[in-house]
Amino acid sequence: MLAAVASLVLGACAARDEGSSSGNTNSSAAAPSQAANAANPAGDGKAVCSGVSLAYAGTINGSSAALGQNILRGADLAVKQHNQANPGCQVTLKQFDTEGKPDKAPGIVTQVISEADIIGVVGLPFSGESKAAGNLFNQAGLVTVTPSATNPALADNGWKTFFRGMGNDAVQGPAAAKFLTDTLKANKVCVIEDDSEYGTGLAAQVTQALGSKASCTDKVKTGQTDFSAVVNKISTESPDAVFYSGYYPEAGPFAQQLNDKGVTAKFVGPDGVKDPEFVKGAGAGANNAFFTCPCVPEDNFKDFTAAFKATEGADPGTYSPEGYDVTTILLKGIDSGIKDRAGLLNFVKNYDGQGLTKHFKWDAKGELSDTPVWSYRVENGKIVNNGQIS
Amino acid sequence: MHPAITAALTQTDSWIQFDVHGLASQFWNNTVDGLAQGGIYALIALGYTLVYGVLKLINFAHSEVFIVGTFATWLTFYALGFRPGADPHLSTIEVIGFLLLAGIAAMAASGLVAVGLERVAYRPLRNRNAPRLVFLITAIGASFAIQQALKLIFGLNQQPQIRLLQPQPLFRIFGAVVTNRDIILFVAAVLLWFLADYFVNKTRLGRGIRAVAQDPDTATLMGVNKERVIVVTFLVGGLLAGAAALFYMMKIPQGAIYNGGFLLGIKAFTAAVLGGIGNLRGALLGGFVLGLVENYGQSLFGGEWKDIVAFVVLIIVLMFRPTGILGESLGKARV
Repeated sequence: MLAAVASLVLGACAARDEGSSSGNTNSSAAAPSQAANAANPAGDGKAVCSGVSLAYAGTINGSSAALGQNILRGADLAVKQHNQANPGCQVTLKQFDTEGKPDKAPGIVTQVISEADIIGVVGLPFSGESKAAGNLFNQAGLVTVTPSATNPALADNGWKTFFRGMGNDAVQGPAAAKFLTDTLKANKVCVIEDDSEYGTGLAAQVTQALGSKASCTDKVKTGQTDFSAVVNKISTESPDAVFYSGYYPEAGPFAQQLNDKGVTAKFVGPDGVKDPEFVKGAGAGANNAFFTCPCVPEDNFKDFTAAFKATEGADPGTYSPEGYDVTTILLKGIDSGIKDRAGLLNFVKNYDGQGLTKHFKWDAKGELSDTPVWSYRVENGKIVNNGQIS
Repeated sequence: MHPAITAALTQTDSWIQFDVHGLASQFWNNTVDGLAQGGIYALIALGYTLVYGVLKLINFAHSEVFIVGTFATWLTFYALGFRPGADPHLSTIEVIGFLLLAGIAAMAASGLVAVGLERVAYRPLRNRNAPRLVFLITAIGASFAIQQALKLIFGLNQQPQIRLLQPQPLFRIFGAVVTNRDIILFVAAVLLWFLADYFVNKTRLGRGIRAVAQDPDTATLMGVNKERVIVVTFLVGGLLAGAAALFYMMKIPQGAIYNGGFLLGIKAFTAAVLGGIGNLRGALLGGFVLGLVENYGQSLFGGEWKDIVAFVVLIIVLMFRPTGILGESLGKARV
């Protein structure tokens, strides 16, 4: 009996990995090509170092785990490429699972800080946990580069160790509004937000940018599964589009229940929803779904995608290239001979260079100036590139 | 007064709104959905009420008895060859057959867990005449133990949805669409409640349950096997929770997650208390009332008030009727 259950569980896992492939076979929109001068984690192969580590801290098996896995795999690929090319400098990537929860992150972060060999951190992926734990990194002087936390207010805390590897929601919000009104031609939009730091922050940006076109709003909760009252409200409002500001575990059943009620409005989700798990969770509800994301499509990063598949055994997903980019920057610092936290923090602060996804040069608050936002859509059960918004 | 509080009070618009128009325009849609959800609450509430009636124990682990049923449903679908993603195309007969299979599996799994729980967690305490508080703590502990075990086996995330029954609109009531799924959920809840009521009030075993609920010692002296009655009570509660798990998975195919029983269990317990704990009719009534009030409240105040509305209604009802709406215990009912 136990063996049967175990095999079922294992089978389920295998199927899930198969399903989470997000290969963009039939993308129609132009994607960026790999810049020739993009930083390469391999470097010149002559780096010398010993006893230094980087860490990934974020969700690994916790809530919205797929988003964390994408980043972790991107970071892992960069470290493996670096170590393979540099026999004299073997960097360890330590992994810490915050489960994506603001109440759990501070404890995990304290653990990260206590390990003296960790001199740079990739993370934290989510805005809520970043807000909860960001000051701990600041006090320890441990540099963090987040490849996905988009809440704009995070940069306003005066944390000297906070750097963001993509555009924030003050960029994504107006871009999403532009996408809704210009591309999808929506005149009535229902903006639904969850109760996370990320969801409420982004919803405020989108609602503000939409102005009077945001004809209805409502709130749902993390972990909610029955959306019938919200769906009934939207059904009565009959908007042209629904913008869901939150993460994919709730967006899946929500989109499915909208579809069940015959709501034909276009469903638009942000980066937290853009994952193959959403497409599976929403069933037929995913068919008219679109996404906005400060993440750059990996379509034309052919070398990266090939290496990713070979090394990680999975397709790159949302924020995989960004995770790869920011890890590469930290590795460059180590290769330049830096051995301590203060040195690496200084290196990142003064960094100026091209990456796979964009040009990286941070301002005093840890924000980039080059912040593209892209749109995506679901086509034949896959998430495909729908063109750059801004 | 603290400036932040003053600010919050003057900005009444921003923190609470009364959307009366929304309540009116979505009333019938919310009624249909509320009754479907209420049926699920009612079936779980029956388990709380039965055990409370017999043992005066609030079996907080009942939420996990329920959630095990959702995993059994999911695993049955998986074992039948269905995979997460788009809904499969099936004939009506196939859908009914597969759902029945999943229902049997869920009821078996939940029933087994409920009986096992009684055997492992509660009976040893009873044999040692432990005080009632110890039972309560044990119930909470058992709830956590099962929850964490599910977390270890299935992970932190919901099982990806597999859905066999696509809701199809059947007819309209005052403009509100009623789907085949709404009908199944409502009718099945009433039917199962009726069976449970018949079992408790009309059968020999049911008479035993009522006798033990009234006075365990006298019932034992009269030749009722108390231990057997308790096992049967847990079993019936577990079977009903398993059935509720199937219906829940029909409504929310993403429902199989290790901690998914917690809030639902609290809500079902609320429904049981609302209707009058220990009272089978109260569980049914409480379930439907809670399902409806939750939906109306969301239309009136906004989606984020869903849980608040449910519990405020409970508090208000208990202030005026401390024993719940129907307010009788299992032992006193129909002596």
